[in-house]
Amino acid sequence: MNNDSINLKVGQCAATTYSVPVGPVHPALKEPIRFTFNLDGERIVGVDIKPGFAHRGIEYMGMRRNLIQALYLSERICGICSISHPLAFTQAVENAAGIEVPPRAQYIRTIIGELERVHSHLLWAGVGAHELGFDTLLHLTWNVREKSMDLLEELTGNRVDYAIPIFSGVRRDVPAEKAHLAYEALDYYKGLLQQMIDAFLHDKSVEMRTRNVGALSYDLAVDLCAVGPTARASGVKKDVRQDMPYLAYADMEVKAITPEDFGTEPHGDVYDNIIVRLLEVKQSIEIIEFCLENLPSGELMSIPKVPALLATLKKASGEGLGRHEAPRGEVIHYVRLEEGIEEPAVWKVKAPTYSNLMAWVPKFLGDEIADVPIIAASIDPCMCCMDRVHMVDTVGNETTRMKEELVRLSREKTRRICG
Amino acid sequence: MALPRSFKRALWVFHVATGSCNGCDIEIVAALTPRYDVERFGIMLTGTPRHADVLLITGPVTKPMLPRLKRIYEQTPDPKAVIVVGGCGSTSGVFYESYNVVGPIDEVIPVDVYVPGCPSRPEAIIDGVVKAVAKLETLEKSGVGG
Repeated sequence: MNNDSINLKVGQCAATTYSVPVGPVHPALKEPIRFTFNLDGERIVGVDIKPGFAHRGIEYMGMRRNLIQALYLSERICGICSISHPLAFTQAVENAAGIEVPPRAQYIRTIIGELERVHSHLLWAGVGAHELGFDTLLHLTWNVREKSMDLLEELTGNRVDYAIPIFSGVRRDVPAEKAHLAYEALDYYKGLLQQMIDAFLHDKSVEMRTRNVGALSYDLAVDLCAVGPTARASGVKKDVRQDMPYLAYADMEVKAITPEDFGTEPHGDVYDNIIVRLLEVKQSIEIIEFCLENLPSGELMSIPKVPALLATLKKASGEGLGRHEAPRGEVIHYVRLEEGIEEPAVWKVKAPTYSNLMAWVPKFLGDEIADVPIIAASIDPCMCCMDRVHMVDTVGNETTRMKEELVRLSREKTRRICG
Repeated sequence: MALPRSFKRALWVFHVATGSCNGCDIEIVAALTPRYDVERFGIMLTGTPRHADVLLITGPVTKPMLPRLKRIYEQTPDPKAVIVVGGCGSTSGVFYESYNVVGPIDEVIPVDVYVPGCPSRPEAIIDGVVKAVAKLETLEKSGVGG
């Protein structure tokens, strides 16, 4: 085939470039965000991203509340990472105030943090399957996910906001009589893993829709400072648990998972994202098992009385940084405490999606509009916020496309390429 | 659960996040998937407010979402019911004293059902939708929107 002639034709059709706004309201999941795509035919040649619709001013609110109130607020930054933010925030405050955390508390924090990764990655896999038009897999994955939600509820009392970390320790124990529930859930997932790998990675239609779609090269992943599974899918061996071990991670060897662990070269595409996230479920299960087996005995909080804790925090002054490898990547909290005030003087949060936002641009460019839902979902489980799409051509004719239309296009493409 | 005899149609639900933290949003999806499976009652998410009987709204209203929420409400045909899922949509909850939060949903549009919880459990969300069915039936009997 003569590629030159095709390029020439594309160039001649430049007048038919469309601008396609997507969002901010999305019918199924997660926060609102707005994309504006420039399309040449079906190809994406430009994309503009406008976040900020769900901005609630958390840091501003947190700097007007005492630290324990701010801790509950930090849990509500994100309902999926509802342990990751408190983990980073408590570490930041403990660093600033010089508070020690008992070993048992560190292990319990790790267990809940890894359980969150299990449910979050399964959630993501289900959403990804839905975007491809593979709803059977969505329902299968979400059904399997409920086991981790049950265990979280059993251990913490809540399905979503766990309220487990508090400055100087944890609020609840993982008692020995509940350990068998955890082992049961871990065995359940171990038995399922191969089934999930078969359903996702050995499925022809999933492979055809995700291989070489939304690719992010190693160099770009490094340049754009991508974090978490987005970076690891491109072969960047970057994981806070490996690079800067904290909590119980220091006692074990956590290795960043890349597609090489599955025996394939990293492409950084959506398929590689699935590989990394599924293998990380396995890794998390191993970490939880290690923590349960080696759970140290001892106290849960080094300052168990809340008034004493508040008084200690009020007296403290200094700066602290807390990092945690959340399911989507590195989350960082910075806190500055000043003596005499109960509120944090400065509170700065850097969430993983913020780092991964720019990785969207090279991922989208060159792909088709039917790939928008799955590429948008690829960096983050639910940040695929397209409800209605306005198609405006250069002459000013306007049509409205709904999310269903995009999903329909996506499903048609699956059928088309599967023959 | 015994359904009322007048339960005569499938309820289509449109979900809007006006600044929520995803907690309730994910629990809504959990309610749709096999463990809770509300689709067996014909309750289904739709992609557009124009096809919806019920608006399921999560989160406090942020400033950029204010005009969009009003517009979505206007686009939903009568008779309709509005359900607020979660404490922050009902009362602003933990999100008070912010420069970018307008307030709870009922300061912007009329609300019929409040589902408590932070986040609401899937069972509570299903209960909220059942309450909305009752409201829709009353509206239909009184002839609103034919």
